[in-house]
Amino acid sequence: MSPKRRRIKIPYLYIFILPALILIALFFLLPVVLTALIGFTNMDYKLKWEWIGLGNYYRMMKDRWAHVILQNTIFYVITTLTCFNVGMALVISLLTTHIHDKAGAAFRAAWLLPRITPSTVYIVIWNWALAPYPYGLFNWIIRGLGAKDFQFVKLTLKPVHPWIPLPWVWVWVILVNGFIGASFGMIIFTSAIKAIPIDYINAAKVDGASTLQTIRYVILPMIRWPILFVTAYQTLSLLTSYEQILLFTDGGPGYATEVWALYSFHKAFAEYAGGFQFGYGAALAVILVIIGLIASVAYYKIFRFRELMLESKIEV
Amino acid sequence: MARLIDKVKMAVPYVILIVITAPIVLMYLMLFIASFSRTVYGLIPDQIMLSNWNFLFTGYIQAPGTGGVEAGRYPNIHIVTFNTFLLAITVATLEVLISSLAAYAISRYSFKGRNAFLSLTLILHSFPSITLLIAIFYVLRVLNLFDTIIGVILVKVALELPLGIWIMKGFYDGIPWDVEMSALVDGCTRLQTWWKVILPNVKGGIASVMIFAFLSGWAEYVFILTFIVSYQNWTLSMLVAAMIGEWRFVDYGQLAAVSFYYMLPVVIFFLFFQKYLLRLTIASKGPL
Repeated sequence: MSPKRRRIKIPYLYIFILPALILIALFFLLPVVLTALIGFTNMDYKLKWEWIGLGNYYRMMKDRWAHVILQNTIFYVITTLTCFNVGMALVISLLTTHIHDKAGAAFRAAWLLPRITPSTVYIVIWNWALAPYPYGLFNWIIRGLGAKDFQFVKLTLKPVHPWIPLPWVWVWVILVNGFIGASFGMIIFTSAIKAIPIDYINAAKVDGASTLQTIRYVILPMIRWPILFVTAYQTLSLLTSYEQILLFTDGGPGYATEVWALYSFHKAFAEYAGGFQFGYGAALAVILVIIGLIASVAYYKIFRFRELMLESKIEV
Repeated sequence: MARLIDKVKMAVPYVILIVITAPIVLMYLMLFIASFSRTVYGLIPDQIMLSNWNFLFTGYIQAPGTGGVEAGRYPNIHIVTFNTFLLAITVATLEVLISSLAAYAISRYSFKGRNAFLSLTLILHSFPSITLLIAIFYVLRVLNLFDTIIGVILVKVALELPLGIWIMKGFYDGIPWDVEMSALVDGCTRLQTWWKVILPNVKGGIASVMIFAFLSGWAEYVFILTFIVSYQNWTLSMLVAAMIGEWRFVDYGQLAAVSFYYMLPVVIFFLFFQKYLLRLTIASKGPL
């Protein structure tokens, strides 16, 4: 190739790459750097840079609520992850691959609905379903099934059962998020199960394995990498999720269902007193960034994220 | 007897699936029924009526308890819908255009910093928007884009670009070199080749990115809540959120109707473009 041709090529490269580069630099890369910097300042609504070094991080360690919220977050992530993002996802994909294909696809489609519904509408639906008898769907159903002196209540700290100290409001928060969260794992697991050669399952059946044994000793071991991937990826997604909780309980009652990401949001943007603490809010967010960075390096190393990203071409 | 047991065994997965899926189906059914009735008791409407949908013609929704005065009205829903549509369609168009340009360069050119750019998009993808909200607020204020729809559009496009680029790159990588070689030999410029020869071959990727970006723009809530103050720049998510805020006094039938109206594009995509939905689910880094 002559030098002249090469010189002509370069402007085209700029046309292709520059729009993306500018937008990403301005609204993505720059904010990443700014978040870290604002975390070292005392910034409020006046947007002035007053450097206070590690002040926000010292404050975080002494913040009584930050400790409570950290516990809430760990509880929320672990419970939702095991019950729904992995647990329910596994149940749905195992069941829907064991029945007629069209019926299975219909059930999976229903589980996609919560994910694509706008969050505000999704919360309207949940609030409504939990309304008192005779209006609320859930109370209407359990009354129909014969429950006389019991009602589901949304914002209550009453434990589910004297032996189970889990407050009802947490049950709802986990269900609200879990119903969205299950579909991600469901799709990954379903395509993984469908990719298992049928001979393996037939061989197990010929050897006299029951359905449960086939699942336990053939299917589950063969999809252990997808399970690990979903677990790792969804841990991070749950850790940084807050939109549904913001709309559903706003962290209440009190700080009962406040999680780390929501706390950062509240510190920065809450309308009531205590908002507009951009410095402290950014410092809280930095903690999430650090966890995110460590996790994504780990993904890259362990799961070779690159290949997984390309897997989205698989049709379920 | 053995056949009976077999039949029962066959039914078990269906029964479990119906039980765990019922809450979802019933909840959406409840919303649908409620939008056409005065009140619903569970799933039973007490009076079927269409007046919940009057806002479609009059354009305004009266906040409950304000006795019909004009100050008690929410912003005109036609304008709000227009804003929402404008946001969604612009985000979708820009995202498709910019990501398919950039992905083409990454797939076909070798240039300095290519790998750095690729890993950058990958690392950025793991930054959830909550961690950047405060800094983006600052950037928008400095650029004088705060409280503008353009500002929200640019932010949304930027945050979703890495994903769009990766999806499009996957599609470009699947096209053999020979296709564009022949176009280049025939005298097309790179840009013409991309536009006339390559793009028609990646329609699937374009559709995926487009639908994903449209739905995500249509549903956007947090950015509007944080970066928009003026009523005239509201989108439907803010309107619905404001109506939930007054939950005690709300006109339930009307709330159901507005919610259902807001969900319509989602329902349409759900019914007609299911094969893309699966891709979206894997793509969305979103809440969960």
